[in-house]
Amino acid sequence: MGGALSTALEFRDVSYSIGGNSILSHLNVRVEAGSTLVLLGRSGSGKTTALKMLNGLLFPTSGQVLVEDRATTAWDLIQLRRSIGYVIQEVGLFPHFTIGENIGLVPRLNGWPPERVTARVAELLHQVGLDPAQFLDRYPRQLSGGQRQRVGVARALAAEPKLLLFDEPFGALDPVTRLELQDQFLELRDRLRKTSIFVTHDVREALRLGTEIALLHRGKLEVLTTPSEFPDSSGPEARAFLSTL
Amino acid sequence: MIPPYLLQEMAQLTGEHLVLVLSAMAIAVGAGLPLGVLLTRRAALRTPLLGFANVMQTIPSLALFGFLIPIPFIGGIGKRTAIVALVLYALLPILRNTLAGILGVDAAVRESAIAMGMTGRQLLWEVELPLAAPTIIAGVRIATVTTIGTATIAAAIGGGGLGVFIFRGIASVDTTQILAGAIPAALLALLSDGGFSWIERRFSIS
Repeated sequence: MGGALSTALEFRDVSYSIGGNSILSHLNVRVEAGSTLVLLGRSGSGKTTALKMLNGLLFPTSGQVLVEDRATTAWDLIQLRRSIGYVIQEVGLFPHFTIGENIGLVPRLNGWPPERVTARVAELLHQVGLDPAQFLDRYPRQLSGGQRQRVGVARALAAEPKLLLFDEPFGALDPVTRLELQDQFLELRDRLRKTSIFVTHDVREALRLGTEIALLHRGKLEVLTTPSEFPDSSGPEARAFLSTL
Repeated sequence: MIPPYLLQEMAQLTGEHLVLVLSAMAIAVGAGLPLGVLLTRRAALRTPLLGFANVMQTIPSLALFGFLIPIPFIGGIGKRTAIVALVLYALLPILRNTLAGILGVDAAVRESAIAMGMTGRQLLWEVELPLAAPTIIAGVRIATVTTIGTATIAAAIGGGGLGVFIFRGIASVDTTQILAGAIPAALLALLSDGGFSWIERRFSIS
């Protein structure tokens, strides 16, 4: 590695509440460039809420979320979102676009010339292990769940984003496909060295994929540590998660 | 067979009928579609606007045509008044289906579109409208078929169209005249229904 690590993003005393319910309270986390932070927690722990603050789908009630040292409230949201890849469990591919059009969307929105978009789409399909000749002109409904999620990852990578957000992307897949996609995630991460935030409720996934794990419980940060040290965590919520191993 | 004088009048009145229906539908779609999109953005407007369109539908058509006559600018005797009444009837299915079609777009699809940095306009034109198209077209289809039937009442206030035959036939107890108006109107309705169902299929993605 070498060189000074720069902070890619930071939650600075972030709280979020809606209708009097506190979803997140006083979250403080910094993520170094190139690392993978896993947000681990049960349903309703606030992990997805935290994730959606990074691309400005939600804004903190108090505190600040900083992306590259700039608060999300100070960013041009369209520009911010186009520089962040986003993968969700439901994939959210556009059903009326072909696979090629889905992957090439953000480059096209960013005004890349068509030849460059086409070349990039083919390159990305290769990277996620799908044959362009076979998949380019298909529609999402003609793909299996695992293939769709691969396309989702390719789409997120398309415009060379600085940051990748994953919201339980592999949660709906069968265990074997899930493992394949996790391997692919690791391989891509090591090759591309993108900063990634990964939301999951699966400890195994957290331990496998994270360079850091943040355990959230009822909107509060319980544990922030590395995967190698996480099994030694002593809090009740951490123990509860570790007991699922 | 059909005597030539009748055939000639049938062609003329069918033409008038088409003008009534096409003008009314052009205005109803031109107003209903943007209003429907507005309703997806402003939930507070839904109850009053849909309520208004709903009330319009409940007014018996002959009464609605009558009510419009004394109103300045849009009222009076003739085509213009008839078209206004037809527009008021056609509005509800278009509004309702535009709203339902856009609100029915998968939340995950809409969220990814926003998260990928689409502007509001891109979201509407590239995602919401194409995905809502089959539902919106279904609304236009219902509105068109109903309008073709309702437009026969335009003759009651001097609006012309195939209703001229029907009212004349009723007044003179002449079945031939009634059929000369009813059959072309029914054929127009069937034709447009078939046409729209074809377009609807072209736009649906599954």
